[in-house]
Amino acid sequence: MDEALLRSLTPNVLGILVRRGADFASAEDAVQEALIEAVRVWPGDRPDDPKGWLVTVAWRKFLGMARSDAARRRREDLVDDEPAPGPAPAVDDTLQLYFLCAHPSLTPSSAVALTLRAVGGLTTRQIAQAYLVPEATMAQRISRAKRTVSGVRFDQAGDVSTVLRVLYLVFNEGYSGDVDLAAEAIRLTRRLFASIDHPEVAGLLALMLLHHARRAARTAADGELVPLADQDRGVWDTRLIADGVEILQAALARDRLGEFQAQAAIAALHADARTAAETDWVQIVEWYDELARLTGSPVVRLNRAVAVGEADGPRAGLAALAELDDSLPRYAAVAAYLHERDGDLETAARLYGEAAGKAADLAERAHLTRQAARLRK
Amino acid sequence: MPKYLLLKHYRGAPAAVNDIPMEQWAPEEITAHIDYMRDFATRLVETGEYVGEQALAPEGTFVRYDGEGKPPVTDGPFAETKDLIAGFMIIDVDSYERALELAGELSAAPGAGGKPIHEWLELRPLQGEPLVVTE
Repeated sequence: MDEALLRSLTPNVLGILVRRGADFASAEDAVQEALIEAVRVWPGDRPDDPKGWLVTVAWRKFLGMARSDAARRRREDLVDDEPAPGPAPAVDDTLQLYFLCAHPSLTPSSAVALTLRAVGGLTTRQIAQAYLVPEATMAQRISRAKRTVSGVRFDQAGDVSTVLRVLYLVFNEGYSGDVDLAAEAIRLTRRLFASIDHPEVAGLLALMLLHHARRAARTAADGELVPLADQDRGVWDTRLIADGVEILQAALARDRLGEFQAQAAIAALHADARTAAETDWVQIVEWYDELARLTGSPVVRLNRAVAVGEADGPRAGLAALAELDDSLPRYAAVAAYLHERDGDLETAARLYGEAAGKAADLAERAHLTRQAARLRK
Repeated sequence: MPKYLLLKHYRGAPAAVNDIPMEQWAPEEITAHIDYMRDFATRLVETGEYVGEQALAPEGTFVRYDGEGKPPVTDGPFAETKDLIAGFMIIDVDSYERALELAGELSAAPGAGGKPIHEWLELRPLQGEPLVVTE
């Protein structure tokens, strides 16, 4: 049984049912039924047009369910609308699924789960494993999400930025279980990129590719965090970098800047440097200025302070830092780094220790603790 | 989607408002308390926020390496230990505010006299794997 084929067809089939007027929750149930049938029937009698077969079976299942439903009369009207049999249209019906799954009425975790299920075609168990929660919990999260959007009509495209945020959330979840969520997010964003013309979609795709290209270098074999400057640039994936840069350049040329494009531009400048010393920090500061203008985010201004420190020296970086609220996450870590570069090792060691206590994850805490220990030796 | 650990203490937390030891409750009050906890967990499964829970026996043993070739040293149990953990629940929620809300709800479990215990629960974020580094 070709599991990958089934998985790649699932969102298409679901999209077609939804476009034909099936409500989302029933369409999803019908598609699952059709998949079970495929697993049963295909090994002995594989159809020539698997997608067409799935659509036909799923639509029949949906009609069966609709007929037995209390709202019989209203739903039976849909039978009249059944399109003539024939090959499924080539238009990408999954696009509306992206908007449905990222609907503003859903919480971020529900939106993520529904996207992985409906658009990504992952099983509930795979999603539960990836998020380290019990399968029953994830099943409920998904069925609640389905109920939440079951009354939503899909006649117009939703807000692209919501979809992009959901995909970026998936990307940032990283890796656990048997599904690599970063790779999954890239796959889904690529498909969105192929079906929608929007520079920020390109920006997000480029950003993901550029980050992903450096993944192998980001942690040592023992799980230790490797800072950008110390990474072995030889293990960066140059193919992904070239891919990301090309997509980004085409997007930037359209002159509709958004925050993902700006972030990708910064990632591209890092990727472009053969050694850490060759990094074009002056240009990076300019992109951080754009990003700060677009987002107003204090975290962006914190990162900008680091870049200023590299471009104009640690004193200038500390001056930029002084304008920010010292309760920001990673403020102490940035201050420690800039003080160290300025030669004030004692202050730096104290701040690294402080930053370690506030670190958001174990690898980061270990890294910062090591920095403090290194300076105190 | 951060995960949080809710810690329930036998001892070590500040005293509850309705602070009467469980062995002095009426049997039906104990039943009501247990039902409340079970309903709470069931509702969390339904909202998709439940990760796991476990009650712990009151007595534990301390264990320590004692050198090459020797069996580990054990000590305890210490009935007088100041901080004793009674059990834990792990939840997976969208925000810190939601975690607070749920902890508050759990702290309202009924105790003696059928009134909420108002016990103190400890809420600790679980540390995860690193997110994408902002490099």
